[in-house]
Amino acid sequence: MAINGLRSQVAIAKNAVWLERNSTHSSTYKRLFSIAATTAAANNGHAAGTASILEFDDDVNMFRDMVSRFCQDIVQPKVREMDEAEKMDPEIITAMFGNGLMAIETPEEYGGTGASFTAAISIVEELAKTDPSVSVCNDVHNTLVNTCIRKWGSEDLKSRYLPQMATSKLGAFALSEPSSGSDAFALKTRARKLKDGGYVIDGGKMWITNGAEAEIFVVFANLAPENGYKGITAFVLEKPWGVKVVKKEHKLGIRASSTAVIAFDEVHVPASNLLGKEGAGYKIAIECLNEGRIGIAAQMAGLAQGAFNRAVSYVYNDRKQFGKFVGEFQGMQFQIAQAATEIEAARLMLYNAARIKDNGGDFVKEAAMAKLYASQVAEKVASQAVEWMGGVGFTREEVLEKYFRDSKIGSIYEGTSNIQLQTIAKLVQKRYTN
Amino acid sequence: MSRLNIVVPVKRVIDYAVKPRINAAKSAIETSGVKFSMNPFCEIAVEEAVRLRERHQGVVESITAVTAGYSKAQDILRPALALGADKAALIETPEITESNGLKLEPLAVAKLLRAYVERSGANMVIMGKQAIDDDSNQTGQMLAGLLGWSQATNASAVVFDPATSTVSVTREVDGGAETLSTSLPIVITTDLRLNQPRYTKLPDIMKAKKKKIETTTPADLGVDISPRLTIELLADPPKRVGGAKVESVDALVSKLKELGAI
Repeated sequence: MAINGLRSQVAIAKNAVWLERNSTHSSTYKRLFSIAATTAAANNGHAAGTASILEFDDDVNMFRDMVSRFCQDIVQPKVREMDEAEKMDPEIITAMFGNGLMAIETPEEYGGTGASFTAAISIVEELAKTDPSVSVCNDVHNTLVNTCIRKWGSEDLKSRYLPQMATSKLGAFALSEPSSGSDAFALKTRARKLKDGGYVIDGGKMWITNGAEAEIFVVFANLAPENGYKGITAFVLEKPWGVKVVKKEHKLGIRASSTAVIAFDEVHVPASNLLGKEGAGYKIAIECLNEGRIGIAAQMAGLAQGAFNRAVSYVYNDRKQFGKFVGEFQGMQFQIAQAATEIEAARLMLYNAARIKDNGGDFVKEAAMAKLYASQVAEKVASQAVEWMGGVGFTREEVLEKYFRDSKIGSIYEGTSNIQLQTIAKLVQKRYTN
Repeated sequence: MSRLNIVVPVKRVIDYAVKPRINAAKSAIETSGVKFSMNPFCEIAVEEAVRLRERHQGVVESITAVTAGYSKAQDILRPALALGADKAALIETPEITESNGLKLEPLAVAKLLRAYVERSGANMVIMGKQAIDDDSNQTGQMLAGLLGWSQATNASAVVFDPATSTVSVTREVDGGAETLSTSLPIVITTDLRLNQPRYTKLPDIMKAKKKKIETTTPADLGVDISPRLTIELLADPPKRVGGAKVESVDALVSKLKELGAI
């Protein structure tokens, strides 16, 4: 728990004792103290009383087991054909909805599972071990779109969209544009307010994950460009209102995940679909992306683990040269040990960031570090895994090379590595400046 | 019209995908750090009970999952609840841990289950035909015998007619398939092709937390579970060596004589 949290626990305890001695209302304060103690014990996804951050509670372990089976039976057989066709099989998206995988943090009253953030990213990690494309589809839908609506939506918006997004409609997060990626707030899509209170959105977005399949879009547009980034406002749009998919990108990796250019040509949005407050869009975007960072870190950690698992099994069970399994040569052993260490470090960082977030602490630095490091480890381990499997690893039939291609996006989307470094550097500088 | 009160015994075993190894002392199977899950045939049993409830609205009164073992055995009651059981029970045997699981023998389990079932008012038991750790294929049959109930083992299809309370069970036997028709109460043991268990939906996993798990003990049930068998030796099967092709029956006979097989 964050130090501040701990301090307030001690303060509550001290006050409780003082009040008990000095007050006629001691029983009330005793009760409050015990409530505070129990809340502190709530571990939000992590097993109570264990030493390791990587030990999770029963819920999360059961989710992982279920997703692991789901991947083996439903996703694994289709991974290669989806990558070659550059298209996600709609049956996989339907199956994810059917099994309750698309509303993990959504409260039960809106049709969701009501689980923790740690549970959500555990699922992202598990999915990525089999297919990082399926993982990112789930991650964007859950940690960006569902979260935005859940946190900033009015009761009306939540009750209209969260149930649909739990059962059938895929979401997309539309912030980036051709001329604004890292410089997100230089976005040019405009929103105009109408006399009846509604809005008209005009412009276009680029690099939108799930763009081709999504039916619900969270769109950031500027209502008052004269105020710079303070005019940016978030809206919830439905595809039939006029959201056009202009182009699907052909990519190096995560090819089954659709990455689209979308356009809004004078699209009407009712006043009730304003997300949060006018001009609060930049704040929503920043907070969403901070969380999303941990999601991507989970995807990259899962990717690294998936590639590692496949290649290491091969070198210890399948490939013999010079009379022994190739994994038994010391050179290989050292590489494998190094990779295992780095994957463990990446996982520790990302689950630590998740735990801080679940407990309400400040996690900006930890999230940036987790994403930066996990994407680096994924690229390195996936590349090594191809080498460990040699010629076989180089063939598309084996599907291992796909992890290598998929890993490259880790250092680019949801905040480039340079942006992460800059975020971390600024926080360090602040701390070290007298 | 009969209502069904179903008990589904389930067992926690080493996961089917894990290769079991004998420990260094050659006294037991290595269990530390090994993944455990519900016996696959038990999962099929829970699934079948849930399907009966879905197929015949209002007929199934309750589905109870029950297991015997030390406290860790509870780990598989939650998945059973998530799959659709209404409540669960643990028959706690603290002296039988993961590492000496073979000490809880099929006869003891059958006696425990008999006592539990008689207490619970159930009229149907659906259970796995065998556990993948000891492959005994005995408990279901013994239980039926002790209870004095009908039994239909190795089921590949189960059809219940609520109007007549008849159960038709198709079984896979050596010669093909055989269909038995009998009345309640009944013990059914499941075979692989009976059904394909569903994936547990995440919301159901969360809901399972709220379902009740009761605990009881062999003493409460009045059962003596001490083992009747001693394990003399645990060994890996001998490594396969290559065979040879022979050209005629005479050559085969002489080879067999050479090897001391006849």
